Amino acid sequence: MRSDGPKTPLGLKIASGMGLLFMLAPLALIFLCAFSTEERTYQWPPPGFTLKWFEVTWNRADVWQALTLSVQVASISTVIALVLGTLCAAAVSGTKFFGRETISLLVILPIALPGIITGIALRSAFSLAEIPFSFWTIVLGHATFCIVVVYNNAVARFRRLHGSLVEAAMDLGADGSQTFRHVILPNLGTALLAGGMLAFALSFDEVIVTTFTSGQQQTLPIWMLEELIRPRQRPVTNVVAMVVVIVTFLPILAAFYLTRGGEQSVSGMGK
Amino acid sequence: MSVAAAESGVILQRRGVLAAIGDYFWRRPGMLIFLMLLPALLWLGIVYLGSLLALLLQSFFAIDEFSGVVDRSQLTLKTYAELLRPQNVDIIFRTVLMAASVTVASAVIAFPIAYVAARYAKGYWKALFYLGVMLPLWASYLVKIYAWKLILAREGILNWVFEQLHLTWLLQAWLSIPVIGGNSLSISYTGTFLVFLYVWMPYMILPIQAAIERVPTNLLDASSDLGATPRQTFWKVIFPLALPGVIAGSIFTFSLTLGDYIIPQIVGTSHFFIGQAVYSHQGTAGNIPLAAAFTVVPIVIMGIYLTLAKRAGAFDAL
Repeated sequence: MRSDGPKTPLGLKIASGMGLLFMLAPLALIFLCAFSTEERTYQWPPPGFTLKWFEVTWNRADVWQALTLSVQVASISTVIALVLGTLCAAAVSGTKFFGRETISLLVILPIALPGIITGIALRSAFSLAEIPFSFWTIVLGHATFCIVVVYNNAVARFRRLHGSLVEAAMDLGADGSQTFRHVILPNLGTALLAGGMLAFALSFDEVIVTTFTSGQQQTLPIWMLEELIRPRQRPVTNVVAMVVVIVTFLPILAAFYLTRGGEQSVSGMGK
Repeated sequence: MSVAAAESGVILQRRGVLAAIGDYFWRRPGMLIFLMLLPALLWLGIVYLGSLLALLLQSFFAIDEFSGVVDRSQLTLKTYAELLRPQNVDIIFRTVLMAASVTVASAVIAFPIAYVAARYAKGYWKALFYLGVMLPLWASYLVKIYAWKLILAREGILNWVFEQLHLTWLLQAWLSIPVIGGNSLSISYTGTFLVFLYVWMPYMILPIQAAIERVPTNLLDASSDLGATPRQTFWKVIFPLALPGVIAGSIFTFSLTLGDYIIPQIVGTSHFFIGQAVYSHQGTAGNIPLAAAFTVVPIVIMGIYLTLAKRAGAFDAL
């Protein structure tokens, strides 16, 4: 028996400790830089600390516009992904039928192929069909790769939800919609919430597909990209970067607590 | 069977439209499944597969060299011939080499992290390891690149660290190496490599960790009971069982590096990677057929890679 486990060898301790430092230090740096008084360069160590840039950022109309657009796009894409992903998961997990594997593959494909392929494919399709770029072309792209996140979470939960539960409900006199409301939905709820939040975070952060499917509109990541390529006001970028880290991390934490119990995997996390 | 039972009237008739619909679907599950699949299939089939096919089709058109207009009247392989010109082959070669080195380096760094997280970390440390993987995984992609721009800049933190350690000469020596060096870290292949390594690292750690966690403890006990030293147990038992996890992780790091065009654009030299070539050909150059042909390259490479990985049993580790 190894009840409290073996001691970690020193070499491993050092290697993994350095690895952790490598993973976490750059993010800590972002938080530090948001408070720096330095305006133009990437100077380190920061010459001083201030809260001024939070106020400046708060009053920037372009940041608010980009944020609003991002939230709108992410919300609508998430709703579409929730409906399509759940239906698809229900169908695939309930039964075995011809072409089932193909459907799984089809759902996963938008995320398995590099984003640039999804992006340019959608763009060339829009131009062939002569669809002008708009809010809806962004949503169209985002929803396509958000379906897989919802689908993965829902499929994992359906696998644990026994078919006999549904049959028992029907035997006890519940009709289809009652079974759905009182048996399936409560069992599925947290998985859908988790999938929805992951989809939201994925869409909120998406930049590659968006560069191909947006016209003049700027989502928050597109705004960030502009600032990275042609910096205008570095401190504002610092503040936005920090806020984005916090905004994307909260749903992830929540999703983790909702799905504890062995459904985690990279493909389940959807990226 | 349920169909027969329903038709012989074992299920009592219920009232209401919803109930009727529910009963109908209970008798015809195939119909229900078809209806449930229809929206997703329509969406993915038309929006996504349609777009992919349109893209593939574009690569068989060619651009007219004089007018610069895409000739859609005939299918041709001219664009693929253009893809094989030396400067384009250079781009493909550079990208594949970068993807391969990022993959190897991330496997080497990720393995100890995943190993300790899966087998040794307890309580507080377990949580720290979880955060160490999940925070960088989910932090915004652009924010991560931005953080590295802060780190690698000439007046940035890395130069400062080297200065404090009186090792600036080492950094300078590294930067003076041809090809991988450059004027400063943020405009060299070393910089691009480091950012790629950081951004895709979680995708390597997670599958390896999952694979190691799945190794049953009694296998390790049996191994040491049979007289194996910890080193032997590691190389003969744990490592072979963790290998599918490494391969699964390498699929992510390899594929993601192949398709990325933002990282080399922000941190790196002026030489193109596949993603940048695609982006510039479809954008400013307006040569969509060549851009489309370029996207076929990662698809083909990943197709081969996935086939090999599947044979190695990596898909069970995803």
